[in-house]
Amino acid sequence: MARITLNGVGKVYPGGTRAVGGVDLDVADGEFVVLVGPSGCGKSTLLRMIAGLETITEGTVSIGDRVVNDIEPAGRDIAMVFQNYALYPHMSVRQNLAYGLKNRRTPAAEIARRVDEAARMLELAPYLDRKPRQLSGGQRQRVAMGRAIVREPAAFLFDEPLSNLDAKLRGVMRWEIKTLQRRLATTAIYVTHDQVEAMTLGDRLVVLNGGRVEQIGTPLEVYRRPASVFVAGFIGSTPMNLVRSDVLPGLARPGTTVGIRPEDLVPSPDGALSMQVSGIEELGVSRLVHGVIGGERVSVVVPPDFQPSEPLRLSVRPGAMHLFDAATGLRREGS
Amino acid sequence: MKRALFGNRLLPWLLLAPQLAVTAIFFLWPAAQAIRQSFLREDAFGLSTSFVGLANYAALWGSAEYLNAVRVTAIFAVATTLLSLGVALVLALAVDRLVRAGKVYTTLLVWPYAVAPAVAGILWWFIFNPTVGLLPYVLDRVGYDWNHLMRPRDAMILVVLASAWSRISYCFLFFVAGLQSIPQSLHEAAAIDGAGPVKRFFTITLPLLSPTTFFLLVVNIVYAMFETFGVIDATTEGGPAQSTNIMVYKVWFDGFIGQNLGSSAAQSVILMLIVIALTVIQFRWIEKRVAY
Repeated sequence: MARITLNGVGKVYPGGTRAVGGVDLDVADGEFVVLVGPSGCGKSTLLRMIAGLETITEGTVSIGDRVVNDIEPAGRDIAMVFQNYALYPHMSVRQNLAYGLKNRRTPAAEIARRVDEAARMLELAPYLDRKPRQLSGGQRQRVAMGRAIVREPAAFLFDEPLSNLDAKLRGVMRWEIKTLQRRLATTAIYVTHDQVEAMTLGDRLVVLNGGRVEQIGTPLEVYRRPASVFVAGFIGSTPMNLVRSDVLPGLARPGTTVGIRPEDLVPSPDGALSMQVSGIEELGVSRLVHGVIGGERVSVVVPPDFQPSEPLRLSVRPGAMHLFDAATGLRREGS
Repeated sequence: MKRALFGNRLLPWLLLAPQLAVTAIFFLWPAAQAIRQSFLREDAFGLSTSFVGLANYAALWGSAEYLNAVRVTAIFAVATTLLSLGVALVLALAVDRLVRAGKVYTTLLVWPYAVAPAVAGILWWFIFNPTVGLLPYVLDRVGYDWNHLMRPRDAMILVVLASAWSRISYCFLFFVAGLQSIPQSLHEAAAIDGAGPVKRFFTITLPLLSPTTFFLLVVNIVYAMFETFGVIDATTEGGPAQSTNIMVYKVWFDGFIGQNLGSSAAQSVILMLIVIALTVIQFRWIEKRVAY
């Protein structure tokens, strides 16, 4: 168990391409931090730099009290769960779990104890003598988790571990990862492009875009007070509507982008906004109405049985408007 | 398998005919002839032929020369296979580490495979020629008197080197493909699991390469036993003192130089049985036992 500190961490490839720049992050002991962003935002590179699989070209990474920039992955006392699980296909589940301990010359009795304990915790005991190819996707995922647990490392690093599972299993495994991490109280850094995973798993989120940190905060902070247009559009199960300020009557503030979540637009007969409806998406629990207000595309969440009139009149829930500087994309204070 | 339906009953046979004809004329018929011939004995002038049963085979069993050929073939095949596999694996591992230049080296390293065995044989004959060759000159400087025309061990080293050389390219290609099919994340996971480069090679890379290695092992033994006639003929012609007279060379020598057709045919039947056995092993094991 340890805290992980990133100080001005950056990565420039030999060709001059910058993948990550100027990341400062302090992960507390036992905290679960999620790095989230679209593909190509540098989140995996950042994680691999912490793991020691990529060289760090700028800044320092510390795990515990040590700067680990020049320490091999094996010496960093971390365990990693890979997107494709990276199970050794020629070894049984038991051998997969024991491999890291054997390499560290752990006594055989201790290996057996830890493997059995992990197998019990992850309900893998009946499968210990099987090869990875004889397991289902969820079981493979558990073996990958088990391989990390038996090591009892200072930190877990997860690189999109759920993206190869189907939607239902993903929900189950998400919960298992969360409870397991709570129980073991091991520091964890988790990379995902899925903002639902990020919101549900993280004690704190680090939203990355183009190799830079857009915002660091708890899931609710990031959701309620997105620091930039990018975060506003990225976090939230249906993306936030981002429109020019003059679309909204009485709010003509030049150079301002206004963000309103689809849930915060309420149909009301005397609403100030008038939307041309272009289509409806059925979500079961609700409906998503797409349309245009003043030339800007907007979507609205309505109850499942609601039939939108044409045009649909809407009002904005009080205090639900987010104001951003149109030029910099940054949040305007006082909004 | 997809089933094609033909309206005409004759058409499928017509389409198959060329391949069947080639197989029958160049494989089945000569094989049948060899089997027939192996039970016959001809007199020295080719005037009379008599049926002798298994006498040709029995004679081989008691022939010191033939048993020597079996022994020489075994040494030659094992040495050639191990040398070509070993060197190819080292080269493949080296290329696998390269990111950009890998393709260039791969192309260059495949070239020897395009050289005909006889040409390769001549090449090595010149390099190793005790009178005009470059290598004996160099070896002489360090105090070794190379002479593969006189010394059996030198001759064996020569034919093994000459045969393995062109084979390295072939094995190298398979190893490169095999290495590239091992996901990078396995190496990374093992590195995080505390395995150093040497340990990773022996516990991850080598076991995952085992299907490729096994395939190459069988294919190279077949090559060394049956396709090295050109190399032997161009360099040592089986000498000195039978020391490089491998089985396939002896078949040719006894049949076409020695004119002992019955014995030659019996020897080729034995070789045929060995090929069949190796092929069965390969198909059985490659299909079923893929190591993991």
